Amino acid sequence: MNNLSSGISARNKLSARQFVSTFGSLIGLIVLVILMTILKPTFIGGANIRNILRIASINGLLAIGMSFVIITGGIDLSVGAIMGCAGMYSAYFAQTKMGYPWWVAVAVGLGMGLLIGLFNGICIAYLKVPAFVGTLGAMSIAKGFTFLLTDAKPIPSLNNEFKFIGGGNIGGWLPVPIVIMLVVLVICFTLFYKTRYGRYVFAVGGNHNAAHISGINTKAIICSVYAISGLLAALAGVITTARVTSGVTSTGDGYETNAIAMVVIGGTSLAGGRGRLWGTIVGILLLQCLTNGLDMLGVNAYYQLIIKGFVVIGAVMLDGLRND
Amino acid sequence: MNLLNLANIKKSFYGVEVLHSVDFSLKAGTVHALMGENGAGKSTLMKIIAGVHKPDSGTISIDGKSVEISNPLEARHLGIAMIHQELTPVNEMTVAENVFLGREPVRMGLIDHKKLYSQTKELLDKLNISIDPREKMKNLRVADQQMIEIAKAISQNARIVIMDEPTSSITDREVEILFKLIDDLKSKGTAIIYISHKIDEILRISDEISILRDGFNVGTWKAGEIDVDTIIRNMVGRELTAQFPKVNVPIGEKILEVKNLTLKGQYEDISFDLHKGEILGFVGLVGSGRTELMDSIFGLTQPDSGRILLNGKEVRFKGPKDAIRSGLAYVTEDRKQEGLVLPMSVHHNVTLTFLRNFVRHGIIQSRKEVSVVRDQVRALNIKTASVSQTINSLSGGNQQKVVLAKWMITAPGIIIFDEPTRGIDVGAKVEIYKIMCEYVAQGNAIIMVSSEMPEAMGMSDRIIVLSNHKYSGELKRGEFSEEAIAQLQFKHMVKSLIN
Repeated sequence: MNNLSSGISARNKLSARQFVSTFGSLIGLIVLVILMTILKPTFIGGANIRNILRIASINGLLAIGMSFVIITGGIDLSVGAIMGCAGMYSAYFAQTKMGYPWWVAVAVGLGMGLLIGLFNGICIAYLKVPAFVGTLGAMSIAKGFTFLLTDAKPIPSLNNEFKFIGGGNIGGWLPVPIVIMLVVLVICFTLFYKTRYGRYVFAVGGNHNAAHISGINTKAIICSVYAISGLLAALAGVITTARVTSGVTSTGDGYETNAIAMVVIGGTSLAGGRGRLWGTIVGILLLQCLTNGLDMLGVNAYYQLIIKGFVVIGAVMLDGLRND
Repeated sequence: MNLLNLANIKKSFYGVEVLHSVDFSLKAGTVHALMGENGAGKSTLMKIIAGVHKPDSGTISIDGKSVEISNPLEARHLGIAMIHQELTPVNEMTVAENVFLGREPVRMGLIDHKKLYSQTKELLDKLNISIDPREKMKNLRVADQQMIEIAKAISQNARIVIMDEPTSSITDREVEILFKLIDDLKSKGTAIIYISHKIDEILRISDEISILRDGFNVGTWKAGEIDVDTIIRNMVGRELTAQFPKVNVPIGEKILEVKNLTLKGQYEDISFDLHKGEILGFVGLVGSGRTELMDSIFGLTQPDSGRILLNGKEVRFKGPKDAIRSGLAYVTEDRKQEGLVLPMSVHHNVTLTFLRNFVRHGIIQSRKEVSVVRDQVRALNIKTASVSQTINSLSGGNQQKVVLAKWMITAPGIIIFDEPTRGIDVGAKVEIYKIMCEYVAQGNAIIMVSSEMPEAMGMSDRIIVLSNHKYSGELKRGEFSEEAIAQLQFKHMVKSLIN
């Protein structure tokens, strides 16, 4: 703030900086899309966009759930493992030979996610286990249950209705995962900005004591965000399993880091209390477009990792400028 | 010759000039008080001296030599130390480790702990501070942490010590200790810039008084040549009718009864009544159990034994939620730690306590919400650009009013105020006192915990004094005097000092 003396007036310079830190990721996304369209016109084609959005919806579910958790000042490392666990258990019940209807399989998968999420929540909110440790433990536990089910063997031949959830198209062109994602988004936006619940999530993350004294059941709020995160991770696991048409124990491996990256790119603070859902959506799209674009350009996967790492750090760095 | 001289200091932020050609000078071995309402420019001026901000123009000289202070490190090298209002100790470290943080005595590359503690002991002894250097910082009271902060500055050979509101969170007895320390420092030639809203203190300890208003230095006086009224008039630029606009309200029926309430180690066997229309003061030294008692009345902690009756009916609050639903509100001591959610807007902070009132079919009716918030902002005269402004951008007084607003919307019958005007300027104080008076005039009641004696005596109808976790006495409005209160404060202290 000391050296605001150059040609532009201080006010303009400040708002320019704030603009960049607020919309930096969005600008990044737009630039990326334009760049890719120039380099590979097929990037902007309907088929590719649909492809990006379909994959984005899987990661997006995790990132949306993670947003709830991070805004309360927590972290959920178990979402990848929950994905795998929910995927396997739903696949088990979706096998043609078992003869259960598709929704039983889905319910079992989601139930697993909700259960592990609640377990996280209870440990963290009521038993005072730090979120990092609690969800790290849950990650291992969920993995164990995933392997136990079939002795780590894949589960093939799932029934067709179940597979439709991941691979089907509505009206022949709109992938089901995108529809699910949109429904979840509408619900979460409403929760976040239109209900007491959303307000309380922000309040708990922003100042736990003040929230408590204001009469908010802070423990219940903290517990619930992990349940939501677990449930959404399970949904992502079910969709992925349905899409690849078999239960695989490695589903979701490493997805937690992607989810965290998407949330922080969107400008949500790991310290809690500060964040925006649309930012997370930008984060999801930015990382997904980047992956897709680099794939189309034929960039080596190892280079892709390096590039993505810099993008995550760069985005958060821009966001930090605001607090200078 | 002046130790420190500032001439024609100008400073603007975002095109708005907040300091207009301010002159300020400081002599060695003196206390120079700096007064002014919040926003008058005191902090900016001090931050310029401490190297946090650079002036746009003007000169700074020390010992007659012109200097440039471009960062806090340079300020430290020039012998300038600032004790901030909000202390930032490393809580998990010991006193000694905090004092020598960043410049620990080293032997063969390792920290020489023996020397660290002996040097700290020496330093504290020299300053007559009786605190164990091995004590962890987090176990110290705020006042003691402040002493350590001052000791740290002295150990860095500070010749100019800036104290920003040093007494805002300590009790009268601790203030005496601080003042003794200040006297010691003065006699050793240290110069002190003392920022405070407390006029009595300032008249007592300062040699010179400068008053800032709206970025101008209104004037500098010798302490003997100025009185309270002149100070206030110059600070606010208008006559304040009264510092304590106490209105006498007829005292009504009993609204709250507390009977034999005990929480071991915090407070013991406390009984009192509260009536409609009454402001009941609670006074006691820090650590006497005042805040702990209020926490239990509000349901934040559970008492071991005893009863609380509200309107004649026994209540047992499992948490703040129950207390709020029964018509209680709690303006806590520390607005940043417990009162406000800082990253949230004014609007969201105000309605946090009563969101259920604005919900239809699970959805918040934001239009209704905003209009209620606007009403409160107007009623309490909260100065904010808009209700969607974040809390951080408001001054202390306005932040405190937001805390008040968030409780007012729950239409409580009883408000517990813990240090209602801590760290806010005179103008805002008077406004808050007026709000308190209006509130009890409507048949409500207030419990007010206060460490500021004039405030407790100026606003209370009765004062209950706690001493060493116990009830030690009660005074009616006619019987108030600093002496009587002080006696009660120490009533249960003597025996406890023996064991």
